[in-house]
Parts: sequence; structure tokens; C-alpha cells
Amino acid sequence: MNFGHSAALVAVMALVTMLLRFLPFLIFRAGKPIPPYVAYLGDVLPAAIIGMLVVYCLKDTVVTAAPYGAPEWIAAACVVGLQAWKRNSLLSILSGTVVYMLLVQLVF
Amino acid sequence: MSKPDGSVVRQALIRSVPVMAGYVVLGIGFGILLRGAGYGVGWSFAMSLLIYAGSMQFVGVSLLAGGASLLAAALTTVMVNARHLFYSISMIGRYQNAKYKPYLIFALTDETYSILSDGSAPEGADPDLYRLLVSAFDQCWWVTGSVLGSLLGAVIPFSTQGIEFSMTALFIASFTQQWLTAKDRLPALTGLLGTLACLLAFGPERFLIPAMLLITLVLTLLRPRLGRREEAAR
Repeated sequence: MNFGHSAALVAVMALVTMLLRFLPFLIFRAGKPIPPYVAYLGDVLPAAIIGMLVVYCLKDTVVTAAPYGAPEWIAAACVVGLQAWKRNSLLSILSGTVVYMLLVQLVF
Repeated sequence: MSKPDGSVVRQALIRSVPVMAGYVVLGIGFGILLRGAGYGVGWSFAMSLLIYAGSMQFVGVSLLAGGASLLAAALTTVMVNARHLFYSISMIGRYQNAKYKPYLIFALTDETYSILSDGSAPEGADPDLYRLLVSAFDQCWWVTGSVLGSLLGAVIPFSTQGIEFSMTALFIASFTQQWLTAKDRLPALTGLLGTLACLLAFGPERFLIPAMLLITLVLTLLRPRLGRREEAAR
């Protein structure tokens, strides 16, 4: 590990994240109305981005060769099922992760 | 303020308890992963304090481990965290004249946003103080979890292989919850299918930027339909 480069990487991640959070407040100053198109995007984009991140997390899953992404599919189904049933995000996340860990360590 | 500060603290603490459980657990997962990549407790603490964006920090572990370039790190951060632009946009009105505004903006994570975006504060409580406390409690849980995970990672007696699925599970749970409660499922569907199409077309290394462009384009085209419903719902 290169300490200087690693520290610079952390600094870049921190600064860019901060920039993204602060930018809208700098561009759309208080008092001026937000353009309707931007307000519309603010309404509909968060849901779409979560969908995008689900796919992003699963991007390296290999579905064309054994085990055809079975641990991912099974664990994901657990999360969806539990969430639909109990509506408790932490329970769904924990259970799905434990199921996945058991599957990749013991079964596949 | 009609109530003493102690009750605001208690109300904010109670409101942040669901986040506490999630942040401590996910923070532990992050700390363990980061230690596995060769970065000890000081790094967990610094990243959770300064970056404070869960999914980005998980991605950051692989950036650090792979010795990514600064430019690659900046671009990846933009892609993974671009949604924060939209959280902030939807909070401009609410935070317009808020006290503690810089910290409130800095600490606007997915979970804190989901608590504070409905705009409600307990009756009688100073809304700004309440938001500050909820935001700060949430970050405390996240930092605590990360540090714990790093310390536990050194002594944990079983294999943690597969623990990275906690991030995937986090997004799947949010997606499911969102799907069940949304008044319109088209935005969620656009995100899922648009990204999948770009993954198939561009491959796993370079699909994220095309996906973001495609999603924005499709949602823009859907605006006559979705926008009208948004208006009607207000």
C-alpha cells in the first residue's frame, strides 16, 4: 500500500462526494424557483438510480456458466421476499447477506 | 421552542434508531472489508468521517486495493454518488434558511434523506436542531460501525467471504420497498431495465455512464406522462 496515494484517493472520494451534495445548493440559490424540469428529475431520478445500483452491484455475476449466479438469485429472492413480507430493511439485508455467505462458502 | 432541548435529543435519537441498526451492521461489513484489503482502523475512521457515503465507501475499498488513478476515483465517485445531486435538489426549499446548513448538506446520505425528506419534525421541537441531531446521530452510528468492523475483522473466527453482498442487499431492499410504496413504478423500472440494457450492450467495465444518460433521456421523454401525475399528486 502506498500511503500518499491512498490518502489522495480518500481525499478525492471525499471532495467529489461533497461537491455533489453541495452543488445544487450553490447553483439554485435560495429564493429563486427551481426550474420545473430539474424539480421533475428530483422527483423521479432517485427511484431510477436505486434500480441502476441494483444492476451495478450484480454486474460481475456470471449467469452463463455454473452455478449461473445461483447464490445471487437465491439471496436476492430472500431479500425481496422478506422485504415484501416484513417491510424491515435491516432484517432483509442481514438475512440476505447471511444466506449469500452460507451459499458461497458451503454450497457453491 | 416550547419544549426543552432534552426532548429534541430524545426524539432525534428515537428517529435514528432504525438507521442505527443498519449503519452499525453495514459499517461493520465495511470495516471488515477494508481491513481485508490491508487498511486498518485509522482508514475506516477517516473514510467514514470524511466521505460518509456507504455505497461509495464499499466501492472505494476496491479502488484502494487496486491502486486506482485519482481520475478514475473521481469519475467513479461521480457515477456512484450522482443521486445525491437529486437528494440535494429536492431539499433546497426545505434547507433554504436552515441553521447548521453546511453539515445538514454534508450529511445527507440515502438513509438520512429518507428520514428527513418528508419534512416532518416533532411537534414543538426546533426543526433545525432536530435535523442536525438526526443527521449527527446517523453519522455517529456509521463511524462506530466502521471502527468496530475494523477491530472485529482482526479477531473474527469465521470466514467473511461473501459479506460484500450486504451492499447488494441494501439496494435490493430499498428497491423493493420503493416498488411497493411508489405511486408510479415507471421510474424504478426505467432505472433497472435501462441499466441492464447498457450492461449487455457495453459490458461490465463501462456501462454506468451510458446507463445514466439513457435513464435521464427516457425519464425526460416520459415527463409529459409522469410529470402530470406528479402535479396531480401534490
